[in-house]
Amino acid sequence: MTKIVVLVKEVPDAAVQKQVDTSTGLLDRSGEKTLNPFDTHAIEAALQLKESGALPVDEVVAVTVGPDSAVKALQKAVSLGADRSVHLTDPGLAASDVVATGYALAEIVKRENPDLVLAGQQSDDGQSYAVGAVVAEHLGWPALTQVIKLEADGTTLTCERQAEYGYDTVKVQLPAVISVGDAINEPRYPSLKAIMGAKKKPLESLSLADAGIDASKVGEEGRKAVWQAAKEPPAKAPGEIIEDEDTAQTVEKIVTWLDDRKLI
Amino acid sequence: MTNILVYALHHEGAVNKNALGAISAAAKAAGELGGEAHALFVGEDVADDVAGSVGSYGATKVFRAKAPAGLAQPIVDALDAVLSQGDYGYVLFGGGLLGFEAGAAIAARRGGGIGVEITGIRVEGGELVAERPILGDTQISDITFRGLGVIASRLNAFEPVQSGSPVAVEDIDVTLSDASAKVEIVTRGEQRGADVNIEDAQVLVTGGRGLGSAENFSVAEDLASAFGGTAAVAATRAAVDAGWFPYAGQIGQTGKTVAPKLYLGLGVSGAIQHKVGMQSADNIVAINKDGNAPIFEFADLGVVGDLHAIAPALAEAIKAKKG
Repeated sequence: MTKIVVLVKEVPDAAVQKQVDTSTGLLDRSGEKTLNPFDTHAIEAALQLKESGALPVDEVVAVTVGPDSAVKALQKAVSLGADRSVHLTDPGLAASDVVATGYALAEIVKRENPDLVLAGQQSDDGQSYAVGAVVAEHLGWPALTQVIKLEADGTTLTCERQAEYGYDTVKVQLPAVISVGDAINEPRYPSLKAIMGAKKKPLESLSLADAGIDASKVGEEGRKAVWQAAKEPPAKAPGEIIEDEDTAQTVEKIVTWLDDRKLI
Repeated sequence: MTNILVYALHHEGAVNKNALGAISAAAKAAGELGGEAHALFVGEDVADDVAGSVGSYGATKVFRAKAPAGLAQPIVDALDAVLSQGDYGYVLFGGGLLGFEAGAAIAARRGGGIGVEITGIRVEGGELVAERPILGDTQISDITFRGLGVIASRLNAFEPVQSGSPVAVEDIDVTLSDASAKVEIVTRGEQRGADVNIEDAQVLVTGGRGLGSAENFSVAEDLASAFGGTAAVAATRAAVDAGWFPYAGQIGQTGKTVAPKLYLGLGVSGAIQHKVGMQSADNIVAINKDGNAPIFEFADLGVVGDLHAIAPALAEAIKAKKG
């Protein structure tokens, strides 16, 4: 039988203005949170592998690392179809960089010992694209990111993605870490029943010590990429905005704008 | 002395422009650090003259590892081999997804840190500082490193600059890891769909997810033909992945980089991955019904409204204007 771990992340709700603490360069993570939209595609990919019988999946486990509030992201992952979830949470993880976060996640993955790890190709906030590659390196597994087509045959995955020169097709032997792009599928909406039932599914909460993670390799002490103060880029003059109320008028304004710049 | 190692992305006998830019930037920075810039090629059949040519962009040494091209794991193994035998403070990648994958893995393997989407590097206080735009490019953070610093750049972050001359190529032996043995590239760089030319167009009408369907690309085609001359239609990755437009017409991170006189986006949200391929356009016009779309942050003219009503009327008005 096969087990799939899906790595998920809590991110600030896209509808909310994101802020940076300019003194530390760290993202202000207060305010409304949601499950990283890219991760919903990873959960959907896991469910499709299970439902299609492409892999004999008996369990899909959602794993996250983050503060107490990240439980909500796990609940959403479970309502979308994951069977249970694991939450690594510890004050010692604050200010971890992507390599430290990937190390911690890899330790959790080792505990679960799955055959496949799926992740979204990027997080809505940090946009590192990198966590899957770090996890795979710690496990000694192959990794592939931005996968938009995934087929399983025994222990071989055939993956397609857009890379630097066009479409690449890559065969990967399990166990592996695959990050999926948003074109891979259309995630389903959770049913009301699934949302109500999400809180009943097992959720395991672990500290660094519980998981046997070396605290010196994470957080402030463990990070090797240090974010400094953020600054504003050179200001670009703001563009002109037309709110369309009358199409004929709008078109006239656009034509005048283009004509003034000799673009017609 | 701190050297910088650059991964030289290449395909079909040509070195990638972003890799040449990265080599140029590394050569300049290494000079200020009192070190050198070296380049690494990974492939089954990298020709001497191709590999050696990067000496003309400032690389003082070029290494070649015989391993499958286009996959992250063999690149990590090859980088590891070079880093083990030299004095390197940094690894630099030009734009491209292999940089994110191989960069993150080599940072993990060697206990270093990584900065991704980097748009610039500078030397301060004897170390490299990497510039990383965040929050939709509204802020730029500086990143410094402890231990090995790995820098995976954004597309078009660095321009190739010629300096120096071709150098001899050193072959290095690489022991491939178990992970490398478990990946196989079946096809690389496959072009799908018709061959469209968007790089020579002065006017590019670009269709995004907001166009809604392949059929609706006719709206973009009609608008482009109203401009006449060298107008063409292009697309975002979302539209290409949805099968609405050929891959050859895709702008962005994994598509083409364009700089037309006029870029006109129809239903384009303006994600960073798209922006990096078109932000050098002289004039950027966006029509999108979502007033919060990121493209309105950098458009010269933003029109918040229904493109399906506006674009056809605009095509008619332009035709009338041209007479």
